[in-house]
Amino acid sequence: MSDHTLDKLPGGYKGMAADMSSDQTAFKGVQWGKTMMWIFLLSDTFIFSCFLISYMKGRASTVVDWPNTSEVFSLHVGDVPVPLLLIAIMTFVLITSSGTMALAVKYGYERNRKMCAWLILATAIGGLTFVGMQAFEWSKLIHEGVRPWENPFGAKQFGSFFFMITGFHGTHVSIGVIFLFIFARKTFRGDFDTGKRGFFTTMKSDYVAIEILGLYWHFVDLVWVFIFAFFYLW
Amino acid sequence: MPDEYNQKNTPLEAQSSETMSGSSGSTTDIDYVRPAEVPEQDLYHGHSFITKWVFCQDAKVIGIQYFLTAVFTGIVGLILSWLMRLQLGFPELVPFITAEHYYQFVTMHGMIMIVYFLTALFLGGFGNYLVPLMVGARDMVFPYVNMVSFWMFFIAVCVLMASFFVPGGPTGAGWTLYPPQAILPGSPGSGIGIILMLVSLSLFVIGFTMGGLNYLITILQARTRGMTLMRMPLTIWGIFTATALAMLAFPALLVSCIMMTLDKVLETSFFMPAIIQAGEVLDYGGGSPVLFQHLFWFFGHPEVYIVALPAFGIVSDLISVHARKNIFGYRMMVWAIVGIGALSFFVWAHHMYVSGMNPWFGFFFATTTLIIAVPTALKVYNWIITLFKANIRMNTVMLFCLGFIVTFVNGGITGIFLGNVAVDIPLSDTYFVIAHFHMVMGIAPLMVIMGAVYHWFPLVTGRMLNERLGKWHFWFTFLGAYSIYFPMHYLGFIGVPRRYFEMYDSPYVTSATGLNEFITVAALIVGISQFIFIYNIITSLKMGKPAGKNPWKANSLEWLTHEVPPTHGNWGENLPVVHRWPYDFNVPGAKEDYITQTTAPSEVLGAEVEKT
Repeated sequence: MSDHTLDKLPGGYKGMAADMSSDQTAFKGVQWGKTMMWIFLLSDTFIFSCFLISYMKGRASTVVDWPNTSEVFSLHVGDVPVPLLLIAIMTFVLITSSGTMALAVKYGYERNRKMCAWLILATAIGGLTFVGMQAFEWSKLIHEGVRPWENPFGAKQFGSFFFMITGFHGTHVSIGVIFLFIFARKTFRGDFDTGKRGFFTTMKSDYVAIEILGLYWHFVDLVWVFIFAFFYLW
Repeated sequence: MPDEYNQKNTPLEAQSSETMSGSSGSTTDIDYVRPAEVPEQDLYHGHSFITKWVFCQDAKVIGIQYFLTAVFTGIVGLILSWLMRLQLGFPELVPFITAEHYYQFVTMHGMIMIVYFLTALFLGGFGNYLVPLMVGARDMVFPYVNMVSFWMFFIAVCVLMASFFVPGGPTGAGWTLYPPQAILPGSPGSGIGIILMLVSLSLFVIGFTMGGLNYLITILQARTRGMTLMRMPLTIWGIFTATALAMLAFPALLVSCIMMTLDKVLETSFFMPAIIQAGEVLDYGGGSPVLFQHLFWFFGHPEVYIVALPAFGIVSDLISVHARKNIFGYRMMVWAIVGIGALSFFVWAHHMYVSGMNPWFGFFFATTTLIIAVPTALKVYNWIITLFKANIRMNTVMLFCLGFIVTFVNGGITGIFLGNVAVDIPLSDTYFVIAHFHMVMGIAPLMVIMGAVYHWFPLVTGRMLNERLGKWHFWFTFLGAYSIYFPMHYLGFIGVPRRYFEMYDSPYVTSATGLNEFITVAALIVGISQFIFIYNIITSLKMGKPAGKNPWKANSLEWLTHEVPPTHGNWGENLPVVHRWPYDFNVPGAKEDYITQTTAPSEVLGAEVEKT
């Protein structure tokens, strides 16, 4: 937000107290949609926390040994097993897509329609690549005999938690990718410049929507970092 | 969405009760209220029957849709409770109530009443109707999402009701759905019934999240000029905090539903330990049933306050209006609501004292549970002090408020017993527990709902409800509910266990038979007396006394709309401008006994108003 009136607001805790005790809005200059996304993400954080805490509890209390993750998740290059190779590439792609998303938001606010649209498209392709590699990883594990209900390498909860949590995260990424493609089309068409009304909501399009989608996308990436740390590195 | 957000160079200095006089004293006009920061809301205007009444984006219509759907499920829950009571009072009187059916009735009664009736009614019904009106907005901030929210809820209810008609019937695992028994063949409805229940709950959570985001953002970001957080009616504070709790508690329910669905459908073992069933070792193994209990109660305990906090808020407003006195300790009430909400996330394991967890864990949760009694007691004292020497109107609304205070205190005190581990263990799983939670989160919130309907019916329909029928309704409900639940405490003390289909020849039978028959008769009468209420609503819709504007002489914004009942867009040309809190009743020096929130200071110069 480059709005100069926001600079007049008092800063720090005093500023926060002043904003909260003021009339009309509690978060000054923040659009409704953006506030909504933040609060939704807070709620979604609780969902992923519940998943990951359940996973930790399941892993800590299982009677059968947990499989060695660096073996299970390794990829053979020639004859040499390289642990976590695929995951490293996946993580790199997803984090990079966060970078392109951030640039898309910047160009959006600068009203650079073309650049913004291409960057959104790049983000979408990055997300799609991630989902594709995840599908590859799933099929590899399924091929090796790992199922939600059984696991040849050790505790059966490994398969259950792995497919459930990466599946839930993958669903988030897929929804994000669908929206990114829709937004890329809308941006190319210039909806955000003309303020074309949405098909379902009948509300005017605005560049802030790209930032809101960006918030969601960064969140999905951040969650991946936690899944990566807890699932693959532990 | 306001896309030209604050491009009009309006100064954004915060303004509140503190900064209004003194520090920001650049203006000498005492009626000054900062100009609007947020541009006029872009509203969708429906023109056809379908867009106006079915897939409607107007929060008021959505509120009524939520209300009617929730009341429908509530009546189903009521009928189920009758069937349970018939079996308990007069065993084997009704031949089709088998043990399986009994457990299905128990389960569905509990789940329907807590989630699909009370939660949907308070937040979906009252929340949708009142939030935009009371904060002075034209509608919820995302009307389309709000519409989808209702229809998700509607589908969730349909899925839930469908489980009555599938092979095996609905689940009979108890409303807590504890695994492993919930999904094993020993429990009734462990096939399709439990799956439909889990799917329905997941849909409810998704739908509720959409609605909840609307309530939160409307309250945070779409208040009218002059409406500070500390000038909001306590109803809004209750709904706001309850919604915040729901946004953080429902995720745990969603996760436990997903995991149990996978346990059932894909035979994963998240919650399933190694099990031998009829001599056969099942494929399950290594899971933790206690994990489900933790997840469930991390949702389940805040859920209690999701139901209770809106009730606290609404009853504060009703008491204040009908006692013609400002609510005592407004800020204390606000902080108590927020404090109870925050604490409610740290008490969940007091539902699990007998689950075999570490005793020190129980000690911790007993302590936090008792701490929560402090803000709750503050609220009760404040209601009573508000009534003290007040100019009370003894109408139906006030009767229900008084009924609420009595039942709530009663249920709260038994809660202190159950919150202590040592006392809870012998009382656990007895009728004492049933009596406790029906008093505190069944009857008490219901009293508020009924009071609130009598209070806001004139606003919604433009007609008053019949007072005489209302008083009959109150006395039947209040005395009847006491006849049902007060004896249950005694049943609990003598050790009658809950969720038992029949006592057969156990020693409890001799001492408890008469009491059980009495409770059943009382339950039937209370249930039937609710139809007085429904009759009252239906007849008053057409024949009630016209209410006119602001029949209760209330101060809050919902009574001050351009047209009564409020129409689409709520306000006429201009949004209301707020100058004070909604509790200026009987102010010394004022001409009338109430000063509405929109009354400018210059109009009441002589009055000694509270500085808000």
